[in-house]
Amino acid sequence: MAEYTALGKQPEVLFWVGCAGSFDDRAKKITKAFVKLLHQAKVEFAVLGTEESCTGDPAKRAGNEFLFQMQAVTNIEVLNAYEVKKIVTACPHCFNTLKNEYPSLGGDFQVMHHTQFLKSLLDEGRLSIEGGQFKGKRITFHDPCYLGRANDVYEAPRDLIKKLDAELVEMKNCRKKGLCCGAGGAQMFKDAEQGNKEINIERTEQAMEIKPDIIAAGCPFCNTMMTDGVKNKAEGQIEVMDVAELIANAKDL
Amino acid sequence: MNFPNVIFAFILVLGIGFFARNVGKLKRNIALGKDVDVSGNTTIRWKNMARIALGQSKMVRRPIAGILHVVVYIGFVIINIEVLEIVIDGLFGTHRIFSGIGSLYGILIGTFEILAALVFVAVIVFWFRRNVVKIRRFMSAEMKGWPKQDGNLILYFEIVLMGLFIIMNATDVEFQSLNSGNIISQFFAPLFEGYNLHFIERAAWWMHIVGILIFLNYLYYSKHLHILLAFPNTYYGSVKPKGEFNNLEAVTNEVKLMMDPTIDPFAASDDDGSTPDKFGASDVQDLNWVQLLNAYTCTECGRCTSECPANQTGKKLSPRKIMMDTRDRLVEVGANIDANKGEFIADGKQLLGDYITNEELWACTSCNACVEACPISIDPLSIILEMRRYLVMEQSAAPMELNTMMSNIENNGAPWPYNQMDRLNWKNE
Repeated sequence: MAEYTALGKQPEVLFWVGCAGSFDDRAKKITKAFVKLLHQAKVEFAVLGTEESCTGDPAKRAGNEFLFQMQAVTNIEVLNAYEVKKIVTACPHCFNTLKNEYPSLGGDFQVMHHTQFLKSLLDEGRLSIEGGQFKGKRITFHDPCYLGRANDVYEAPRDLIKKLDAELVEMKNCRKKGLCCGAGGAQMFKDAEQGNKEINIERTEQAMEIKPDIIAAGCPFCNTMMTDGVKNKAEGQIEVMDVAELIANAKDL
Repeated sequence: MNFPNVIFAFILVLGIGFFARNVGKLKRNIALGKDVDVSGNTTIRWKNMARIALGQSKMVRRPIAGILHVVVYIGFVIINIEVLEIVIDGLFGTHRIFSGIGSLYGILIGTFEILAALVFVAVIVFWFRRNVVKIRRFMSAEMKGWPKQDGNLILYFEIVLMGLFIIMNATDVEFQSLNSGNIISQFFAPLFEGYNLHFIERAAWWMHIVGILIFLNYLYYSKHLHILLAFPNTYYGSVKPKGEFNNLEAVTNEVKLMMDPTIDPFAASDDDGSTPDKFGASDVQDLNWVQLLNAYTCTECGRCTSECPANQTGKKLSPRKIMMDTRDRLVEVGANIDANKGEFIADGKQLLGDYITNEELWACTSCNACVEACPISIDPLSIILEMRRYLVMEQSAAPMELNTMMSNIENNGAPWPYNQMDRLNWKNE
């Protein structure tokens, strides 16, 4: 982003990578797949790089409002200094926080989830989607809580998957009734409380009921949880992939 | 006015008066909550109330319970027109004063009778679901004892009231002889042949109206308050995206002070009362009044709990219990105020710890399934969050791993212990 500013230019959109997308080995693959698609569609985009910091989502959901607002105010200062108007992110948690919780702290941006952004590129004819290796495959979409229920985005990821000429199959709990993967509310960073099952296992079993080849995700944390669930229950039978990875792989990018 | 009319007026005033007194207490207890901005969005709010409460739109998402509930709801609302006639008759010594309107009266009473029969059947099915089929969400730990009894008592009330309505019509010789509107009661009339019909009719009539007044007063002590509170509750329910959690204003002020280099750190603090005495919530008075209204509105249907991922996987958390605990503690605080002449005397108890445990709070994934599931816009998640805020900001009592996560964010701007300078490494990998 600093480079754009030095050139006196504004990119079309700022790609907010998020902590998972920056550091987690699995999530970095999602980041790269999404970047390939952005290049393919000739989108001029920037990232904050080392100037990006956690949005504060996990701190806020854990109850640490102080830490959240410190993070928020710092990030907002950076974003406003670069006069950022439009943000796209591949993480529904960053998406929700930036979109809903930053405005009242002085950060007003147009925020899109990457599936929404890819859908808009598709609609504008800047991006094409081919079936490729996914033709005829059974794909189910796991709704991330912070994209679906939290922000009522259900169709963008599904519209993209349908373009792959794949068979989109739905789990019994989908859309508004989608079952959580177990990572939200800062659970990602702690062991679950005492119970008789892990939530990601329950969700994986729900997915296995409809025998998909691929579980599509739209969130790096859901991706981790579902990958872990599949490793436990259906290793080798089901793959877990982000919607951006599906499209990038279909194009052999 | 004759003697029975005086008695009737007395009972009516007593019944309504006692209920009004309790409604006053209800309002006082809800007002114990903190103020919260519910201004604006009036059109959306009215629409929500019309769609969700009046229109029962979220009830029918579970078709069996939903449709049966709609039957009881419509029956309840429409049959109450009959109560108006009963009240006028009771006060002025008339008999079926509306019968003067001719054939329309028959249509009206006929409709009531059909509805009464439908309500009767629906309530019996409800009773079977709770006591014979034993549907899982009615069997949870928090449903033992009074909540179970409360649920059944309401059903018995409805069965008796509907029964009395039909008996009252069946034994009314004049009404039966008109043979208009007695669609259901005509089949029961023969059962009473040979008995003192006038006496039975009067007895049923009196028991019906007294039963209604008792039921009205029972509401305050029961989960059944939802029949009234569902309306304000859906009106004041959140109009924001579910993912948006409120930003604590007191914290914003603190953060602004911290970030402002022009502030003199040694200046005497001008305490304008903007800093709260407590961050988050440990007791009902720390919650806002909409959350307390939520608690009174909950009718313990358990749809939230049955959708909760933590509860489904055997964790202690049950969003319904969060609401019931909040209400029970609020009732306890209210009783404390009554006993101490309008003032709350500390009783060494609080919502956190004595009702809701840390274990329940930390099991939540903040997925909003409970909020989505509630048919009348109750938000258990906001209460869980307020209590987590108290645990973290007042007591530093977060689980160890979360403390590690938070210090990582503080130190390196990520929940994991990675170096901020490595954020862009993916670009070259």
